[in-house]
Amino acid sequence: MNAEGMMSVTLKVWRQKNTSEKGAFATYEFSNVFPQMSFLEMLDVLNEELMLKGDEPIAFDSDCREGICGMCGLVINGVAHGPGKGTTTCQLYMRDFKDGDKIYVEPWRAQAFPVIKDLCVDRSAFDRIVQVGGYTSVNTGSAPDGNSILISQEKAEEAMDAAACIGCGACVASCKNASAMLFVAAKVKHLNILPQGQPERRERTSSMVRAMQSEGFGNCTNEYECEAVCPKEISVSNISFLNREFIRCMITNTGLSPLVTQE
Amino acid sequence: MPLDSHIPGGPLTEKWERHQFELKLVNPANKRRHDIIVVGTGLAGASAAATLGELGYNVLSFCMQDSPRRAHSIAAQGGINAAKNYQNDGDSAFRLFYDTIKGGDYRAREANVYRLAQISTHIIDQCVAQGVPFAREYGGVLSNRSFGGAQVSRTFYARGQTGQQLLLGAYGALMRQVQTGKVQLFPRHEMLDLVVVDGHARGIITRNLVTGELKSWAADAVVMASGGYGNVFYLSTNAKASNVTATWRAHKRGAFFANPCYTQIHPTCIPVSGGYQAKLTLMSESLRNDGRVWVPKQGGDHRRPEDIPETDRDYYLERRYPSFGNLVPRDVASRAAKAACDEGLGVGSSGRAVFLDFASAIERDGAEVIRHKYGNLFDMYKEITAENPYAEPMRIYPAVHYTMGGLWVDYNLMSNLPGLFVLGEANFSDHGANRLGASALMQGLADGYFVIPYTLGGYLANARLKPVTTDADAFKEAQGAASARINRLLAVRGKRTVDDFHRELGLLMWDHCGMSRNKTGLLHAKERVAQIREEFWQNLTVTGSDGEFNQVLEKAGRVSDYMEFAETMIMDALARDESCGGHFREEHQTEEGEALRDDVNFAHVSAWEYTGESPPVQHKEPLEFDNVSLAQRSYK
Repeated sequence: MNAEGMMSVTLKVWRQKNTSEKGAFATYEFSNVFPQMSFLEMLDVLNEELMLKGDEPIAFDSDCREGICGMCGLVINGVAHGPGKGTTTCQLYMRDFKDGDKIYVEPWRAQAFPVIKDLCVDRSAFDRIVQVGGYTSVNTGSAPDGNSILISQEKAEEAMDAAACIGCGACVASCKNASAMLFVAAKVKHLNILPQGQPERRERTSSMVRAMQSEGFGNCTNEYECEAVCPKEISVSNISFLNREFIRCMITNTGLSPLVTQE
Repeated sequence: MPLDSHIPGGPLTEKWERHQFELKLVNPANKRRHDIIVVGTGLAGASAAATLGELGYNVLSFCMQDSPRRAHSIAAQGGINAAKNYQNDGDSAFRLFYDTIKGGDYRAREANVYRLAQISTHIIDQCVAQGVPFAREYGGVLSNRSFGGAQVSRTFYARGQTGQQLLLGAYGALMRQVQTGKVQLFPRHEMLDLVVVDGHARGIITRNLVTGELKSWAADAVVMASGGYGNVFYLSTNAKASNVTATWRAHKRGAFFANPCYTQIHPTCIPVSGGYQAKLTLMSESLRNDGRVWVPKQGGDHRRPEDIPETDRDYYLERRYPSFGNLVPRDVASRAAKAACDEGLGVGSSGRAVFLDFASAIERDGAEVIRHKYGNLFDMYKEITAENPYAEPMRIYPAVHYTMGGLWVDYNLMSNLPGLFVLGEANFSDHGANRLGASALMQGLADGYFVIPYTLGGYLANARLKPVTTDADAFKEAQGAASARINRLLAVRGKRTVDDFHRELGLLMWDHCGMSRNKTGLLHAKERVAQIREEFWQNLTVTGSDGEFNQVLEKAGRVSDYMEFAETMIMDALARDESCGGHFREEHQTEEGEALRDDVNFAHVSAWEYTGESPPVQHKEPLEFDNVSLAQRSYK
């Protein structure tokens, strides 16, 4: 650290012009780092320097910068969202690194998440999974009074635990199979345990699982990496729930072919 | 042009029902013949697009984020108001209406606000049916809390993530319509212009943010729900990409901009830590339900907060407002914090912060109860500051959070440009000069789920629109203008970055058109904005090119619009020579330092017309109050 308490780091950042061109790591020696800076603020400041030199800044996605929108997501030193536990990339601070550290920064890597540029990826596969069943089919205006549906506090909390998923895709990025099981399971759990979700319970489960497969996400082999990096600490127990739900579908729904979700 | 708000006749409580009946309906078979553009997928945009799709319209839904679920509504923490009176504590549609009008310092339309209060109860029902996991009591019924200045418990919440859960509900409804084919979705698309044909809004120009492609889209109506302009201050609690571009460019095509000087400062934000700071983080003001605000009585008291005895602390909100205490409205709490810091009583390394202390609440209820209520907020605070709020008080400071001003709309949420509807934070309609806590989510969803489906139909049934395609001259002209503007930004090739200009503009606005304003400061800011803008166009650097994913170019376009918008905002603050709600003119205050309204001269909506190079022209819509009597707000 220098006299003003600033750190120096060596950044190895994935640069890729667009989806079709090949990418590579570029190296940046960066010494204007305050420990109180967030990781993305550090990249902001680096980008300012690059632009003033006439170089193209590093493209990365972020929006709310408070861990709720799910827009940001970098693989930092091989870990989705970096070393912080239960946090998104935008909630990571430079105080979590040491002076002189070498830091590798990469995009989410998965077949279903093509790179758009540098560290930005296309996660619209998640939207297409939600599209086939991640909701209750209730047109505006047809709802009964809110208190006509009683839900125990315990059940509401359990649903909220699953509903807290921000759709960032870290689960996919961390999984060696690029599986989206945790994402799908969280949505299925949230809706399938609530009374409002019962009418479409089976249909939702089977449609979302099939959409997940057709988007090119891999299967779950119980690595638990997804839970370890999830910024909302969504439990892998949701995946067990999803498997049970899916088995129920197979038993009670003729015409559904078996699905391998575990090795 | 006279501004007609088209408020229906009849008693306040019957206006909306009467109007719903009087609005013409579009035959179900004809709905599928109407293309509707919806810009934005926050609570207002997503709920509108979903509901219009359910009704059978062909909806084109645009958002600049990579998924509609990421719109900034998602960041709202605290809750959503509804006059359900489930707590049997005296709430009613009229009380919610009254609180909202009063909270807005009597600068909102009675009829709009009453409708909002009426609709509020349906919103909760709809969201529950969608599976939004609202907090529950042990018996299984919905839980409520009192919020930001309300004396009844009417706020529904889902942990500290209410905005997220409501948005996921609306997003689910939207995606369901995408699946049915009634809604086509265009993520990573930014609206760059509005297209007006024969005086009617008939389309938009977008830029595909991935490929850079500019494209024209024609429709029978345009619904804009593109959010607020808080990022004119650079540092705000808004998401980084939140911008004024869509509304500003619609303004330049003829839509009036109403009350741009009304901005809301939120009292419970995490203080700034350094010059590199990219944005500010808000913590729900529900924290004020249990946290006590204080500063040391003596300036320069650098003892650790827990070492400062009670006798040396000033719980200034409890002292000055014994009845409301720490729950006074946001503007009052914010100015009081600034005043304390201006007197040299601020805490922390910057001196721009006050304490929010939970020691009493933890002693009274136990840490577990506090953790259950605010656990995620405490965690967030700890993550950002590396301090533990269970053990020492939080430090908080006000930050820009919400903008009450926006495009002018009538009772139908239609702007003065026929066919252009504006919803949610993008319009000016319901919050007057100050928005109550937990009312933004309510308004966004009211507009999208329950107002626009009726009023849009009424417009289409009457409008007799001629068919229009993107071959029309107006589209070519608008797309050409959007392209020319991009080329101009790329051609400057100067030496200062977009963020550098944005920071300078933002700081200027915060200092002179922020939490408190005066004529001298505003005049100075007006002059400076013009100078900064001039330098922007001479010394900006934008790397990369147009035909690619280029985040610098995106930002440059947005900041260029803030450069223009800021001037209109300042002019509105100058013209409103009174204090009201979030607009505090230092020349107009009571002896106790409270906002002093001038109802004789300023009980109006100030709507600005863009006139090109010459200064904007102000139009006034008088506000009439038949159901409440105007009173000086008092939270003593």
